[in-house]
Amino acid sequence: MFHLRLVPDNTKIPFMNGRIAGLVVSAVLSIASVILFFHPGLNYGIDFRGGIVIEARTPQAADFASLRHTLTGLGMGQVALQEFGSPQDVLIRLERQPGDDAAQQVAADKVRNTLSEAVPGTQVRRVEAVGASVSGELFANGMLALGLAMLAMLVYIWFRFEWQFGFGAVVTLLLDITKIIGFYAITDIQFNLTAVAAILTVMGYSVNDKVVVYDRMRENLRIYKKMPLRDLIDMSINETLNRTVGTSVCTLLSIIPLALFGGEALQDFGIVLIFGVILATSSSVFIAAPILLFLGENRLRRGTPTEAPAGNTPAPTR
Amino acid sequence: MLYFSRWKTYMILATCIAGFILMLPNFLGRDTLAALPSWYANTRVSLGLDLRGGSHLLLEVDMATVIRDRVEGLVDGARQQLRTANIGYTGINAGDRSVTVQLRDPAQTDDAVKALRQLASPVGGGPLGGGQPDLTVSVDNGVATVALSEQALRDRATQAVEQSIEIVRRRIDETGVNEPTIARQGNDRILVQLPGVEDPDRIKRLLGTTAKMTFRLVDTGADPNTGRAPPGSEILPSSEGDRFQQKYVIRKRVEVDGATLQNASAGTNPQTGEWVVNFEFNSAGANRFAEVTKANVGRPFAIVLDNKVISAPVIREPITGGRGQISGNFTAAAANDLAVLLRAGALPAPLKVIEERTVGPDLGADSIRAGLTAVAVGFAMVCVYMIACYGLFGSFACFALFVNIVLTLAALSLLQATLTLPGIAGILLSLGLAVDANILINERIREETKKGRGVFASMEAGFSRAYSTIVDSNLTTAIKMALLFIFGTGAIKGFAVTITFGILISMFTATVLVRLMMVTWLRRTRPAVLPV
Repeated sequence: MFHLRLVPDNTKIPFMNGRIAGLVVSAVLSIASVILFFHPGLNYGIDFRGGIVIEARTPQAADFASLRHTLTGLGMGQVALQEFGSPQDVLIRLERQPGDDAAQQVAADKVRNTLSEAVPGTQVRRVEAVGASVSGELFANGMLALGLAMLAMLVYIWFRFEWQFGFGAVVTLLLDITKIIGFYAITDIQFNLTAVAAILTVMGYSVNDKVVVYDRMRENLRIYKKMPLRDLIDMSINETLNRTVGTSVCTLLSIIPLALFGGEALQDFGIVLIFGVILATSSSVFIAAPILLFLGENRLRRGTPTEAPAGNTPAPTR
Repeated sequence: MLYFSRWKTYMILATCIAGFILMLPNFLGRDTLAALPSWYANTRVSLGLDLRGGSHLLLEVDMATVIRDRVEGLVDGARQQLRTANIGYTGINAGDRSVTVQLRDPAQTDDAVKALRQLASPVGGGPLGGGQPDLTVSVDNGVATVALSEQALRDRATQAVEQSIEIVRRRIDETGVNEPTIARQGNDRILVQLPGVEDPDRIKRLLGTTAKMTFRLVDTGADPNTGRAPPGSEILPSSEGDRFQQKYVIRKRVEVDGATLQNASAGTNPQTGEWVVNFEFNSAGANRFAEVTKANVGRPFAIVLDNKVISAPVIREPITGGRGQISGNFTAAAANDLAVLLRAGALPAPLKVIEERTVGPDLGADSIRAGLTAVAVGFAMVCVYMIACYGLFGSFACFALFVNIVLTLAALSLLQATLTLPGIAGILLSLGLAVDANILINERIREETKKGRGVFASMEAGFSRAYSTIVDSNLTTAIKMALLFIFGTGAIKGFAVTITFGILISMFTATVLVRLMMVTWLRRTRPAVLPV
């Protein structure tokens, strides 16, 4: 019976040869991301910056030039128009209007009315108007959730593994998150509440992946008492490679439809998740493992008893 | 691990079947549902506003006004107390949270303090009394200060929000919106969810009106165009017209309060055909109204709504029946809205809409369609991959995945949780994560088989070794989603909910159910090698 194997069995790829390169590339990308975060910065969406988003469907293909002219004429700051889906679907974004929260509502109603006057038959399909106080709170809550999630992961891994593993996982997680933020900055995808959900999801996925690889390393540490850590890590990664790739592929297969059919909100979410899954998978191999190697050499071995359980000691494969 | 007792097998199957039955009402037509008992027909996933269409409004109670009103009330109270106690003063000033009184005679200080203390009412006490006075009186150099306590302000705020919620509910009920959700959020906010409302303009207008109505006398001796009103009066604009607004000089003293209205309805005046609002006082209001109109025949009597004069008709004869009519060049809609507002009562403070999210019903329908397509395509692709990689065991995993979706929907239906568009994304993503367990198990079985273990030993080892990893990886995701649920708002919460359910249920479907299928298959066919 034929079975598809994306990764051949019994691979012996010496991943740890690339440990320096992996860490350096990752560090450079993360530093670049942090720079991008400050300059040019993220494209914060209305959840976090306030403002107005209106999704409208015009009866014929929308005339963007005239729409832009009409809406700019309202004197409400910069108006961003974007086509999405079909030529009839227009997404209108307005900056947060000066004044208090209620000013957003007034402005949203004005745009709504102007639209139906300028292009009769226009359907307003979605209106979102968020004021400054609400967006400020949403942002604070979102950041709090991210911070607490980091902390929760740290505590969990701390209890579950030796500290070297925990440290490796958390550092990797930090590197992952910075890159996702860099991805938001580079692609100019709106940074909204969904972005917090996306980052949390990628965090969860990334930790999952590290847990699987670490579990195998720990198991092998118990079985192969004499094997150098470096070889042991390589072996563990190779052994779990099929699972790592398989799970990534399955997760990607389930996310791709989101990016394809998800509509305005979920499309971006799907794209970020695709990036995140690839990132998390590669960071397990190229970052989490090397960190463990640097921290664990001579250390992880010392505490464990030297006597192996009888009959459970296969010869090292290398 | 490989042995399933008979009752355990039945339990597993029963769970799956129960799940299927529970989620079925979600897919039945309206007619079929009507024929079913309601407890069963109602176990359905409720769709979020982003899927069914509707309007989400976040309102904020204007606390500054609440506090200002309280301070102004305090000024009036202080004036009255000092007058009855015969204490002279040279000035009363309202501060931010306090009132200061300049006393004329320092010798009266003690009497003044005593009189002003009368203004206090206890707050924070239980039903048996106790509690603290809500204000403190202090004297410094002939100036008495009455300051409201922190607790008093907090109580006042709570009260204002609760009252507002009640009024908001009444107003929305009047508009006939189905199943609105009105809930307090935080200290000074009210969340209003209106399913099916496409253009919340009218509701926003209704909620944005305080609707404080008063009946006051017009000061006919003063000229409104001088720009200065005599003491005890104020200049108020007419509610009609924008540019050439008529102005009135209105006495500050409220003769009859709108709170004493019992009923109001829109109608037409049979003589003029004009739209009017008919109102009716309760007995206290009717008595007061009769007294005032008796004493002031021939003088104009102003009907003031939120500091704008709707009309100021001249009283022709005493009105003793407790009924009246407001005419003010209304359109039918305006007359109706005013009647609604008067019936529902006045808000204790103005409400501001600080967040609006409205989704039209056909965008919602499009989103549902897009979500279903994405789930179907995602499910199909994962299945193709799993079967290509693991053959028969892959197809077991796919069946488990299907049961996972069914049980997730069943759980959502049972808890009547809200399914949002991000929630659908969560279902989709949990497909990928759930199948991880099967990949782990299958890979492990494969490895063990290659090490030369027998069929049963490999299976046994595959499940037991993979299990702790599966628990670990699912727990980490569950922690994340709990945080997202706590700190997220609105639709994002739905993502956390579905993914958590999906993962927890996958611990059952991807391990227990798949194991049952594998074991059953093993016993039936007794293969020499495993097909992984």
